[in-house]
Amino acid sequence: MIEGILIGLNTALSIKNIIMVMIGCFAGTIIGMLPGLGPMTAIALMIPITYGFEPSTGLILMAGVYYGAVFGGSTSSILINAPGIPGTVATSFDGYPMAQQGKAGKALAIAAYSSFAGGTIAAIFLLFAAPSLSKVSLAFRSPDYFGLMILGLTAVSAFSAKGHFLKAMMMVVLGLMLASVGQDTLSDIPRFVFNNMNLADGISFVLVVMATFAMSEALSIIFKGSDPTQAAKQISLSKLGSIRLDKEETKKMVTTIPRSSIIGFIVGVLPGAGSTIASFLAYGMERNFVKDEEKQKFGKGSVNGLSAPETANNAACSGSFVPLLTLGIPGSGTTAVMLGALLGFGIQPGPRLYQTNPEIFWSVIMSMYIGMVILLILNLPLIPYIARILAVPRAFLIPLILFFSVTGIYLMSFNNFDIYLMIGIAVVATILRLYEFPMPPLILAFVLGGLMEENLRRSLLISDGSWAFLWDRPLTLCIMITILFIVFWQIYNSYFKKR
Amino acid sequence: MQISPVKIISLLFFVFSGFYLYHAYQIRVFAFDENAPFNAKTFPILLGYAGIFFSGLYIVLPEKRPANVNLSVLDYKRTITLVVLMIIYGVTILKAGYFLSTSIFLVLSYITLGEKRWFWVFTLSFPFVAIFMFLLHGLLDIYLRDPLLKYLGIIG
Repeated sequence: MIEGILIGLNTALSIKNIIMVMIGCFAGTIIGMLPGLGPMTAIALMIPITYGFEPSTGLILMAGVYYGAVFGGSTSSILINAPGIPGTVATSFDGYPMAQQGKAGKALAIAAYSSFAGGTIAAIFLLFAAPSLSKVSLAFRSPDYFGLMILGLTAVSAFSAKGHFLKAMMMVVLGLMLASVGQDTLSDIPRFVFNNMNLADGISFVLVVMATFAMSEALSIIFKGSDPTQAAKQISLSKLGSIRLDKEETKKMVTTIPRSSIIGFIVGVLPGAGSTIASFLAYGMERNFVKDEEKQKFGKGSVNGLSAPETANNAACSGSFVPLLTLGIPGSGTTAVMLGALLGFGIQPGPRLYQTNPEIFWSVIMSMYIGMVILLILNLPLIPYIARILAVPRAFLIPLILFFSVTGIYLMSFNNFDIYLMIGIAVVATILRLYEFPMPPLILAFVLGGLMEENLRRSLLISDGSWAFLWDRPLTLCIMITILFIVFWQIYNSYFKKR
Repeated sequence: MQISPVKIISLLFFVFSGFYLYHAYQIRVFAFDENAPFNAKTFPILLGYAGIFFSGLYIVLPEKRPANVNLSVLDYKRTITLVVLMIIYGVTILKAGYFLSTSIFLVLSYITLGEKRWFWVFTLSFPFVAIFMFLLHGLLDIYLRDPLLKYLGIIG
């Protein structure tokens, strides 16, 4: 492991990769700040650029964007009570009241230190958990993988849109259907190509991500007539106040950070749960832990109340890399986008990544530490200025997002058909978004489609066509029971439970 | 009686799943694969049934939390104009070249969204695209196909 850490450090500390982390953190912060444009859009916009780099550099850039976007989301939660991403909603509970009391600088500092500490502690957990889990996951068989993928999709659907489980499951099926277009990987038989040669290779992952996130989010903003940059114009540079924390505030953070890091990491590892649930759980847990006097301050500008969700959402980000790197199964929409990018690089994450591509495995983990440090150094003093940059009018912002999306596809294929297809998918996604159909399950399903079919193929061939593989092994049986429980619980909860 | 738009979308997805399922059954597999435990159409067939199941369930079950969308406040004009501009951009990008088509797309999009500061409209189109092309093509060595600039001898 020491050798791996050194390899990772060597790769992550190269000048080129440090610059990439810096660019990633900076770009991610800006995009993450804009309400409506989350980490998935930020990463999606970066993918075409990363294809020009080595896999480790590309992944380091995307990891930087991810952390930057989460941090950016916290900034808009604190300053303007408009969370950039769902994972930072809990941050606004105490961050915004603090800002209203003239302590915005302090709130930003607490968020930055907590994010840094949470992310760093979780990255240490990842350092030990990932190799161990890689070894354990070598014992997994095709039926287990098939079951785990269905579990991931079901869990993401259950958590991504509360009360809209069936909508999310329709999105899962749509994502899998889109993934099935093109030649069958084993027999080369064309499927759903309709004599169109442009579809023979299937639909590009970048195209689907760009269409369902970057482009459709931009179109949604115009369609709804909202202006994400409007709130940024309210920020006053002079009203931020000091960013220095006193002894008592630091003491409060020191007790909150370790427990919130643990809960954040554990929730991040679970498929589908992610930073939103982690931050709410940590907020609730912290409220139970603190003294009655501090409890009264919750929702009115409590240091513990701000530190807990901030620590947990960053820890969850690191935790979400565990299933991606060890099993090759992403647990969230954002890590699904990263899996798609890795597959684009020709790298199959999973238990063997640790042995076959140690430089990628370890450099990603090491770059997380570096990313955290850079976020702290770069963003904290620059936040008021970055926030000012955000006052870019919507009339410029939206065309630029559309331009980056089209350019991304153009660079990859030089094909008009792909642009039309992307526009078509984006229009459909915009309408679906309007009626609260969640997009992360679609992306996760699209990325996992090929792997799912492959594992189902192997399982059915080994069992000679019998579906008994779903309950033959105790592990697979446990996974299937969990899936059935989630499905029935969600349907019962949404449609039959009396309120 | 007012039908929920989400139910209509579910119905459309139900029909789409049926269409998908029909085509899944039409996938021609090799003769020796026809009775194999798994062939090229097994997974799509399962997906077709899954689509019918979930959309059918949504249609049948009562809607507890219907999506509340006020259609009258939506900005159809600008959205459709942007989509049309993107399609035109897609048509011209290979013929007119990346630089010209992108710059014009940006200018028209800014104007569509109500921007009137001509200095910024110009700066964030032609010079911006030129710098972006230089970054991609000149520094990152990412190939950008532009027949017009190639004809003019600006790029190789």
